[in-house]
Amino acid sequence: METAATRNKKTDTKPAKLSREVQARLGQQLRSMYDDVVNQGVPDRFNELINRINGGGNKDGQ
Amino acid sequence: MEESVRKAVLGAVPSLRAFAISLCGNVDRADDLVQETLLRALANIDSFQPGTNMSAWLFTILRNHFRSEYRKRRREVEDSDGRYAETLKTQPEQYGQVEFTEFREALAQLPSDQREALILVGASGFSYEEASSICECAVGTIKSRVNRARTRLAELMSIEGVDDFGPDEQTRAVLAGGERS
Repeated sequence: METAATRNKKTDTKPAKLSREVQARLGQQLRSMYDDVVNQGVPDRFNELINRINGGGNKDGQ
Repeated sequence: MEESVRKAVLGAVPSLRAFAISLCGNVDRADDLVQETLLRALANIDSFQPGTNMSAWLFTILRNHFRSEYRKRRREVEDSDGRYAETLKTQPEQYGQVEFTEFREALAQLPSDQREALILVGASGFSYEEASSICECAVGTIKSRVNRARTRLAELMSIEGVDDFGPDEQTRAVLAGGERS
């Protein structure tokens, strides 16, 4: 029984926390993937959509 | 619509798209989702409280709409990487193609609640509190999802130490420089 317990403990010794370097690197990858889309800006269809709704409501200003 | 509102809504669109793509895994569906989100938001603009975070408000609407309408169809529409890859025109130069592809595949394999939390906090730049309000759950839940997502990502990419990230001497040197051991 003791040995089983010890063995269980041993398989459990995997580091629970990622090193800061790994986390930083994963974070960079995530952001560069996300920013790749963000950097595409606002596609025309959305500009047109907002302007159409805006024009339908009140004409520019006032 | 007030000019400040119009600007705030338009300003949130790029980030909304990036979030939508991460949910849908498909650019065309993501753009439809963003469009429907904007229509809903603008139809209910009176319920937006001025002075609060417009971006978080829009993300909440998008996420709710996705969960009620899109999620069930998700499996059918999700394509394995093709469409998504198309939007990613520029390859970040500091990473190798292989590593970047591996990363995207690993991200796609995460449970959706973990991926969502990780993206909101790690990429969209929301605080844990904002992310918890967008996802309508406790702050502690968001924190644990983010942690599990990070651990799982590293496992999927079989990363045990920074050396496994591939031959990127410069980055490693910079990273090592920050740590004095």
